[in-house]
Amino acid sequence: MSDTATLKPDDRYQQLLARLGSRSFIEGLILPALGILVFLLAWQFSANRIETSLGKFPGPTQVWEQIENLGAEHKRERAKEAAFYQRQEERNARKLARDPDAVIKIRNYTGKPTFFDQIITSLLTVAAGFFIANLIAIPLGIVCGLSAATYKAMNPIIQVFKPVSPLAWLPLVTMVVSATYTAEDPVFDKAFLNSAITVALCCLWPTLINTTVGVTGIDRDLVNVSRVMALSPMVHVRKIVIPAAIPMIFTGLRLSLATGWMVLIAAEMLAQNPGLGKFVWDEFQNGSSNSLGRIMVAVIAIGLIGFMLDKLMLTLQKRVSWDKSAVLR
Amino acid sequence: MGIKYLDITGVGIEFDTNGSKFRALQNVNLRMKKGEFVSLIGHSGCGKSTVLNIVAGLHRATEGGVVLEGKEVTEPGPDRAVVFQNHSLMPWLSVYENVELAVNQVFRKTKSRAERREWIEHNLQLVNMDHALDKLPGEISGGMKQRVGIARCLAMQPKVLLMDEPFGALDALTRAQLQDSLMEIQAELGNTVIMITHDVDEAVLLSDRIVMMTNGPAASIGEILDVNLARPRDRLDLAENPEFVHLRQQVLEFLYAKHSQPAKAAQETPQPERESAAVVEALSAEEDSGAKTGGPDSEAA
Repeated sequence: MSDTATLKPDDRYQQLLARLGSRSFIEGLILPALGILVFLLAWQFSANRIETSLGKFPGPTQVWEQIENLGAEHKRERAKEAAFYQRQEERNARKLARDPDAVIKIRNYTGKPTFFDQIITSLLTVAAGFFIANLIAIPLGIVCGLSAATYKAMNPIIQVFKPVSPLAWLPLVTMVVSATYTAEDPVFDKAFLNSAITVALCCLWPTLINTTVGVTGIDRDLVNVSRVMALSPMVHVRKIVIPAAIPMIFTGLRLSLATGWMVLIAAEMLAQNPGLGKFVWDEFQNGSSNSLGRIMVAVIAIGLIGFMLDKLMLTLQKRVSWDKSAVLR
Repeated sequence: MGIKYLDITGVGIEFDTNGSKFRALQNVNLRMKKGEFVSLIGHSGCGKSTVLNIVAGLHRATEGGVVLEGKEVTEPGPDRAVVFQNHSLMPWLSVYENVELAVNQVFRKTKSRAERREWIEHNLQLVNMDHALDKLPGEISGGMKQRVGIARCLAMQPKVLLMDEPFGALDALTRAQLQDSLMEIQAELGNTVIMITHDVDEAVLLSDRIVMMTNGPAASIGEILDVNLARPRDRLDLAENPEFVHLRQQVLEFLYAKHSQPAKAAQETPQPERESAAVVEALSAEEDSGAKTGGPDSEAA
């Protein structure tokens, strides 16, 4: 590695060739690329044969067009927004120039959110739901792991609520939020809260269960060391329980985030939270010849973002984990 | 204190295993002086570790009790630090932090931050581990880990240091090095130590007294052997010392001739028999030896 710099250009070329021909290169790049290519071909081939009431099922080329369309729409919308604010500023400036005491109004731009705005909304919503869930699940999991009695008491509740679909929760959440969240000037949109709480209710369980298992599985000897040192419960949890359970907690967190992201799309469709779920729903209702292509873009975006969220958690886990040699995947 | 520093009186324990009661220990009596080094030796599953855990407070005796400096033992505490067989360091804390955890717990109120730092480094120096303060346990060898485990216990300044087969998991050379280190430290600090061991040589080399336990169930102390070899002891000189050889012989005699573990007993005891091969080998070697040992042969099966 270190002697690459001292090599002659010819040698480096040879080395490059050797790398290209090496097994790891083929397995790391060529094979996945080949898989994607085959998938795209099969997609294009079969898409052409599916006729729907909204035209042919979109193939990769149509979807690519829609990606470009959505990008262009986003740019147009941003330009309109900038123009709106500029006009407003100029108008206010003129007003103030004429009469320094004039009451000026600053209005927010109310144009329709673009695809990219909707992605941001979805990410914020899932982050909020995930955060609420973990705020409850991790401490509760630690308590369940430490106390067998608490676990036995909690277990039936966990088992019953774990398999409940988000769609069953949503009407209840909506009604409760409507009844209890009645601030004059709400910080959060109700649809946002409904979606976030529904997400939280669904991604509570993997973290809770995995944290419990992680805490229960702490090495007996380490617990005995802690008892011999007479560590206080707080120090015991901070210095021994949490570090020991971190790998399992993160397994739970990753499962939770994946569940949460999946649940979110459904919740947004029904709660009309202006995120990716609403985008899909609106396009479906819209029913133009482009709709299916646009929904397909959303499908791919949802997949890619889900993948990136998991990678993010993995990176975070590698950062936090004390065992740097552990193989994480 | 003198004669009655640590007093184990009439200790017995019964475990509840799936509804049936299993009596592991019966009528264990032992008195220790301050600064004394006592080894517990016996076959696997004879309850040595249970005795140690009762002194540590990790187990509660069914009858009898342990009194340390006039105070009954009811719960675990840093005045009875335990060195566990597999080092039991927190793998997420560095060598320094592992000792720090114990030191902060014991000396939080009595020592300043700087004093604690010095104390941690001093204890790691005692076990020759001051060169690896920032290493994680995963980055050092098994022997080094056990050194840190010992430093962690020494740093708590325990009234009794309890060691549960501290060198059992180490190779012979590393074990010898650690035994020498332990002897040096004990000579310097005068700790009171109870050590569990399987190793006859180790017991004779390190101890002032060797407590030999009968086989379970309902195990008890069979014989106690005084080791009056002059200190400091040197393993090379001792190897041919007739007294050492005789003491060693007596322990082997107890273990393999008087209380050799019969096959049926092995079936009854739930614990796995790790050294059954060694027992068989030693049995054939020691069968003919007729040397009788002194001392009370109580509750011999």
